[in-house]
Amino acid sequence: MTITAGTELPPLTVEATPTFVVASALATRDFQDVHHDRDAAVARGSQDIFLNILTDTGLVQRFVTDWAGPDALVRSVDLRLGVPCYAGDELTFTGRVAEVDGDEVTVSVSGTDSLGEHVSATVRIEVTA
Amino acid sequence: MTAATDGRSTATDAGRRIEEAAREIAGAGASAPDPARDPVNQAMINNWVEAIGDANPVYTDPAAAAASVHGELVAPPAMTQVWTMRGLHGARPDDDPLRRMTELLDEAGYTSVVATNSTQTYHRYLRPGEHVAASAVLEGVVGPKRTALGDGWFVTTRTTWYVGDEAVAEMTFRILKFRPPEPQDPGNSDDGTRTADAAPVLRPVVTRDNAFFWEGLRDGELRIQRWGGTLRHPPGPMPPDGDLEAEPDYVVAAGTGTVYSFLVHHHPPVPGKRLPFVLALVELDEGVRVLGELHDVDPDEVHIGLAVAASFDRIDDDLTLPAWTVRS
Repeated sequence: MTITAGTELPPLTVEATPTFVVASALATRDFQDVHHDRDAAVARGSQDIFLNILTDTGLVQRFVTDWAGPDALVRSVDLRLGVPCYAGDELTFTGRVAEVDGDEVTVSVSGTDSLGEHVSATVRIEVTA
Repeated sequence: MTAATDGRSTATDAGRRIEEAAREIAGAGASAPDPARDPVNQAMINNWVEAIGDANPVYTDPAAAAASVHGELVAPPAMTQVWTMRGLHGARPDDDPLRRMTELLDEAGYTSVVATNSTQTYHRYLRPGEHVAASAVLEGVVGPKRTALGDGWFVTTRTTWYVGDEAVAEMTFRILKFRPPEPQDPGNSDDGTRTADAAPVLRPVVTRDNAFFWEGLRDGELRIQRWGGTLRHPPGPMPPDGDLEAEPDYVVAAGTGTVYSFLVHHHPPVPGKRLPFVLALVELDEGVRVLGELHDVDPDEVHIGLAVAASFDRIDDDLTLPAWTVRS
């Protein structure tokens, strides 16, 4: 595929059900109570359990490689968290190609939920095909 | 020295202790590489791709992986950090900088944590069977900062993952260790000053730069920061001309001024306030503008230029807020 700057990635929507929040926290071996115990999350000042950052890294990587294909090499993921993604919310990723430099492609990614921008990320991949 | 000043010194000392400890921990350098519980393995990869919903076949399908640029099965790069997570009962090693910093901030009351930034660089893909070890160094600690979650400190660490001597990935990771907001008991007035409604209020962050202002309010003084001949409000760390050598003092304002701008707040509810209330930006006779609630006035009667006088809303022993009443 020919990749040019400005190309929009197909959006990806993830239902952040309580099951998804818990399953992804445990699959990333993150046992912080705020990711699986709602009472504990509320006591710590949150409104519910919320997605952990390792899952965000995984989702951002998946969003980009779903589009770029299995031969794309992920070289870096730089992400910044904004509002939380609480259980019961819906997270939608959008992205566009920010820069193409030979085989190296930089993609800007944004994940938003009902509260606003949950994550903004820059992903650098290498596409050799 | 008043009790109020003692309180400020204690808060500042705590901050200084945290900063000193951070310097010491950063100076100790990187922790010894700590091996992951398990080698990179297919079972954990399968759990991960199932949870994340990642259908990339290079992680799970041997034939597709063999035909790919990798030539064999590989682990998702985003799992790098997963391999060295501590697990349910795992403890960080004694020399782990994040462990030491976390303990200190827990003791100082900053007991909650959220991650805010993660920058991961992958030098190459990992293969099942490889065993990674992680080494971390403290990059910086910044605070206390007021955030939407509460007052807290940002702690930045840098982690390097090794296979043997080969660095395979790196990460800069930032967390916010914060103090969750607690309900505050309202104070009782015994000196004629106003006591706010019985509810917690949004509390200001008192810093070295503005402590004199809040101390003044407790003593019934509206103090304005002064740099030489220039007044500045809100108080800042340096004069408007940026002279880093300058030292501020303050003047006590006469407390009279006029409404420069205002709003009437109807919704949403604000802790400790009865709705609706009037929030006025008042231009003092001294020339600077100060925000505060304007009391005992029909919102329809408020207008720009309205003459007002300072008053003081005593919340509790520690906190008094600036406020205004209409000058008759």
